[in-house]
Amino acid sequence: MTLPDNKPDTLAMRMVELDGEHVHTLDGKVSARRVVWNRRLSRFREIMREVVSTPGGIAGILILAIAILVAIFAPLLAPETDLDPTKVTSGVNEPPSAENPLGTDPLGRSVLSLLVWGSRISLLVGVSATLVSMIIGTIMGMAAGHFTGVSNAILMRIIDFFIVVPSLVLAIVLSATMGPGVLTIIIAIGVTSWAGTARLVRSQTLTVESRSYIERAWALGATDWHIINKHVLPAVMPLVMANTTLAVGSAIIAESTLSFLGLGDPNAVSWGAMLKSAFSTGAATAGYWWYMLPPGLAIVFVVLGFTLLGRALESIINPTMRGR
Amino acid sequence: MTDTLSRGPGDSPGLGLEADIAPDIDEPKRSSSWARYTLVKAGGAAISMVMVILLGFFAFRIIPGDPVRLLTDGRQVSPEQLDIIRDTYGLNDPLIVQFFTYLTDMLKGDLGQSFVYNQPVTELIGERIGPTLLLSGTAALLSIVVGLWIGQRAAWKRGSFFDKANTGIALILWSVPTFWLGMLVLMTFAGSLKLFPTGGMMTVASDAQGFDLFLDIAHHMVLPVLTMAAVVYAHYLMVMRASLLEEMSGDYLTTARAKGLREDLVRRRHAVPNALLPTVTLIFMALGGIISGAVTVETIFSWPGLGYLTFQSLSQQDYPVLQGTFVVFSAIVIVMNFFADLLYRVLDPRLRK
Repeated sequence: MTLPDNKPDTLAMRMVELDGEHVHTLDGKVSARRVVWNRRLSRFREIMREVVSTPGGIAGILILAIAILVAIFAPLLAPETDLDPTKVTSGVNEPPSAENPLGTDPLGRSVLSLLVWGSRISLLVGVSATLVSMIIGTIMGMAAGHFTGVSNAILMRIIDFFIVVPSLVLAIVLSATMGPGVLTIIIAIGVTSWAGTARLVRSQTLTVESRSYIERAWALGATDWHIINKHVLPAVMPLVMANTTLAVGSAIIAESTLSFLGLGDPNAVSWGAMLKSAFSTGAATAGYWWYMLPPGLAIVFVVLGFTLLGRALESIINPTMRGR
Repeated sequence: MTDTLSRGPGDSPGLGLEADIAPDIDEPKRSSSWARYTLVKAGGAAISMVMVILLGFFAFRIIPGDPVRLLTDGRQVSPEQLDIIRDTYGLNDPLIVQFFTYLTDMLKGDLGQSFVYNQPVTELIGERIGPTLLLSGTAALLSIVVGLWIGQRAAWKRGSFFDKANTGIALILWSVPTFWLGMLVLMTFAGSLKLFPTGGMMTVASDAQGFDLFLDIAHHMVLPVLTMAAVVYAHYLMVMRASLLEEMSGDYLTTARAKGLREDLVRRRHAVPNALLPTVTLIFMALGGIISGAVTVETIFSWPGLGYLTFQSLSQQDYPVLQGTFVVFSAIVIVMNFFADLLYRVLDPRLRK
């Protein structure tokens, strides 16, 4: 990432951008962009190789692969008509049988079908909310680490506030004011859960910016934007990736909690919503274990997958963490 | 880390990332005086509190639709009557006047009037804050003691069966949604085995006094406390373990061993006190997560506290109460964090000069 970084875009560079296949510039040299890309790709392969060499990492990847496949092929695994209470033939709250392997819910729908379809919302909300949270957290963290003076003080105050404030309660307030729905939950989780990431990114930014190549960049006349975009961002990205994987698990738990409290889309099938209906119809005291166990186990399974993979990534990116 | 929501959403799980154990975000100068330190921290807490109050006001003013419509939902109301209701809640005033009334009322300890209970919000919250503090306090204490103790044992015997078993259990508990664990516990111990009551804080219509009342409440508390503690202790365990592992390569431990100290003393007198230092901050930071747990656990066990009140006001769209619980919950956490900062300085001699 050394030479052409400071040069304005040449015609050749723009050609590379327009057509990713043409990696050679007009004068025949390999483009810097391609070099950087290749290096990152090989680093990525190296990390993946290390991940699959740890038991936790491989277990995490397997769990997530199963969950993602189920979510993608939900229509093949369970017909969509299974979700329509007017089209089902089974009785309500039936225990597991050959016809319904996991029994039926209070509307007579097959719990297995609900479980399969519920994976979609959980994964969608978990991943999207985490992306929102990571983007806010990374930007705020880099800004708080990079800038000094008044803007730094203001940023730190905001981060500190979001660290302190009880995020579930804030998310409840936000969702209540925006009205129930999937998008509401994504925003509520994303907006309330970025402070930990910002803290992490900030400390990494401070570490990176104290190194001498940053001083060299300043001396060559680099702008704030250049330093952040070309030096700090690539340096904090690995950390953010590991943190993201861990955070998806938390976001999925948060999603189920908000759905359980009745803030999700009332028409969408999700694991949290299943547990909400189990609770409000008294499944816990009536002992309908087949309606309560599967959604919760599914959540634990997927969250565990993200946690195991996240920890494996973390220990590779930060070798001093190994075995912790 | 807040919370991950559910332990703070967001609370991304701090399972030992290095920067989690980084020094406090405000980083006061080491040699600054007690007065200055306290003032800086108190100022920070005050600013956070002001932000909570502002957020509490504006969040509930951007609600689409007219709260009065919700209030009179399904009933025949004339426009004049609607106007009178709006007047009672001050909804006819311009926003700036409403804001000023909100601020002055709050300074007087008045959080408005509940839509549903026809009772001041302050009164509603006052009745319920005790049970919440009792429940979360007991759960916090239990999880701190158990989590820290197992955490330091596990780190000291890193890689042993004890370590692997406990880390595994903690990771699984970390992945469990608190409310689901509560439902399972409820189904097993109250629904099927009938060992414990299914909800509430005391037996309805009993006239138990003194020690009997204490036993009755304790009996009702067992399941909710265990549910809340189960998830939080896992967090403390992982934090304590990571923190002690960080210390274990320290040269001062080799020195201690070279002096001929027993392994047990090296751990108790030298390593653990140092490892506790960063853990203290995190214990208090995780309080937001305990509060989040209170909302769902109190709902599951119908515990008459602030969390259950939050759930009820949410499902009944009783916005003044929701606004009140938000402000009070946040105030509790902010005050606790302030105390944590002061405690941190007492514990760390390097910050005292």
